[in-house]
Amino acid sequence: MNDSITKTLAVAFSICLVCSLVVSVAAVSLRDMQNENKANDKKIKILQAARIYDSNLDVKKQFNQLEVMYLDFNKGEVLKNDVLESFLLEHKNDYDQLGATRKEEYSTKLNTSEDIAIIKSRENVGKFFLLRNEDQTIDKVILPIRGYGLWGTLFGYISIEEDFNTIAGLEFYDHKETPGLGAEVDNPKWKSQWPGKKIFIDNDVSIEVIKGKVDPDDVNIAYKVDGLSGATLTSRGVTNMIKYWFSDSGYAKLFSELNYES
Amino acid sequence: MNLNRYKDVVVKPLIEENPITLQILGICSALAVTNNLSVTLVMCVALTSVVSFSNLFISIIRNHIPSSIRIIVQMTIIASLVIVVDELLKAYDYETSKKLSVFVGLIITNCIVMGRAEAFAMKEKPLLSFFDGLGNGLGYSLILIGVATIRELFGSGTLLGYEILPLVSNGGWYMGNNLLLLPPSSFIIIGLFIWAIREYKPAQVEEDEFKVSKHSSYPDLTKKELNV
Repeated sequence: MNDSITKTLAVAFSICLVCSLVVSVAAVSLRDMQNENKANDKKIKILQAARIYDSNLDVKKQFNQLEVMYLDFNKGEVLKNDVLESFLLEHKNDYDQLGATRKEEYSTKLNTSEDIAIIKSRENVGKFFLLRNEDQTIDKVILPIRGYGLWGTLFGYISIEEDFNTIAGLEFYDHKETPGLGAEVDNPKWKSQWPGKKIFIDNDVSIEVIKGKVDPDDVNIAYKVDGLSGATLTSRGVTNMIKYWFSDSGYAKLFSELNYES
Repeated sequence: MNLNRYKDVVVKPLIEENPITLQILGICSALAVTNNLSVTLVMCVALTSVVSFSNLFISIIRNHIPSSIRIIVQMTIIASLVIVVDELLKAYDYETSKKLSVFVGLIITNCIVMGRAEAFAMKEKPLLSFFDGLGNGLGYSLILIGVATIRELFGSGTLLGYEILPLVSNGGWYMGNNLLLLPPSSFIIIGLFIWAIREYKPAQVEEDEFKVSKHSSYPDLTKKELNV
C-alpha cells in the first residue's frame, strides 16, 4: 500500500512542501536580524583593519569616530558639498556599493586586460573611511577591496597609514575559500604580517604574496608577504586584488588628492 | 508507557552505547570543531536538537514513508532542520556561526543523525524516538566537550575564553601544546577515551577478526623462487 506510485508521489510532494515552507519561513523571518549582524560584523572588520577595534566598547560608538567619504573613481575626486549632497539624496543616504556594480548607470565595465582582480565591473563611486588624529590630520585611510580567489570573490578592507604607502592592516569579511587552505586569509598569524608592509615602488604597486616563506634577508622584504601553503590561487588573488585597487583605476588618484588636502 | 525504556534510551548512549566511542560515528565534526570549548558547546546544542527533532518527525510519519524513497525523505527532513538551525545561529550567534562555518551544514551528513533515523525512528513511537535522539546527541556532546576541554585548556591555556594557564607568549609560565590546536590531536584524545571506556566496560571490546601467527626464527627459504 505504502509503495504504490500515487502514495510515493503524494508523500514526496507533501514532505517537500512542508519542508520548504518551514525553511522559507525561518529564512524570511530571521533575515533582518542576520542582516544587522552582518552589518555589525562589517563595521568590526573595518575597525579591525584600522587596528583600533576594542571588543569591550560599543561597536557603533567606535565606528562613529571614522569619517565616511565617497570617491568618484572616474574623476579621481572625493565628493564634496553639492555633489555629495545630491549623491546622498539620489541613494537615500544608504549607498549600496556592491549593488551599484550590478547597475549600468552606476558602474563601469572593465576590459579584460585591466581587470586583473576579476571583478568585471567597478562601481563609479566608492565609499571609504578616514581616521583623523586629534589635530585633524589624516591618521589612516580604510578602503574596501575585493577580488576573485579560487571559489569566489573575497571582500575585505585594507587600511593605509598617512604616507599612503604603508599598510596598517588587512581584513576580509566575506569569502568562499577552502577552510584550512585559502580560508587561512582569516588566520590572525597570517594577517599580522601585513602591518608595516609597503605598497609602491616608484608608483608601481609592488607588494606581492609570494610562494613559500619570505627570506628575512631579502632586500625587498617590505614588499613581500608569506604565501598561504596549499592555496596558490587564493594568494595570487590577494596579490591581484591589491594590484588592481591601488592602480589608477582604483584608489591611486585618491592619494594625490588626500596628499594635497593634508 | 514504560518509564524504564525512556530512561534507557537517554542514559545508554552516554557511555555504554556512545555513538562516537562505540560506533565510531560523527568523527568528522569531532575533529573539526573541538579546539575551542564555546564553539563546541554550540555545535553540541545544534546537533542534539537536530537529531532529536529529526527522530521525532520521522517517527511521526514512519508508517507513511514508502520504503523506496525512505532515505531521501529522511534526508529532506534532516536537511530542513539543519538549515533552520543554521539560520537561527546566524541570527542569534553570528560570531560562533562564522567560526563553525560549514560544519553546521555538515550536520546533514553526520552519520549519527541518519543512523538514528534509520535504526530507531523508523520503528519506534515518536516520543521514545525523540528521547533516543536526545540521548545520542548528549552522548556525542559528552565526548566532544571532553575533547574540547582538553584541547582548549592544554592547547591555548584557556577555557571558554578565560585564561586558566597563562601562556608564555602572554607573559605567563605555560608553554601551549601546539599539537592540541590541530585537528589530528582529537584523533588521539578520542582514541584514549575509547581505551578508557573499554577498560571500564570490557563488553565493548571487539573480538579479533584474525589471529596473528607466531614468528618463526628461521624463514622457510625452500618455498622462495630465486631469480638468478
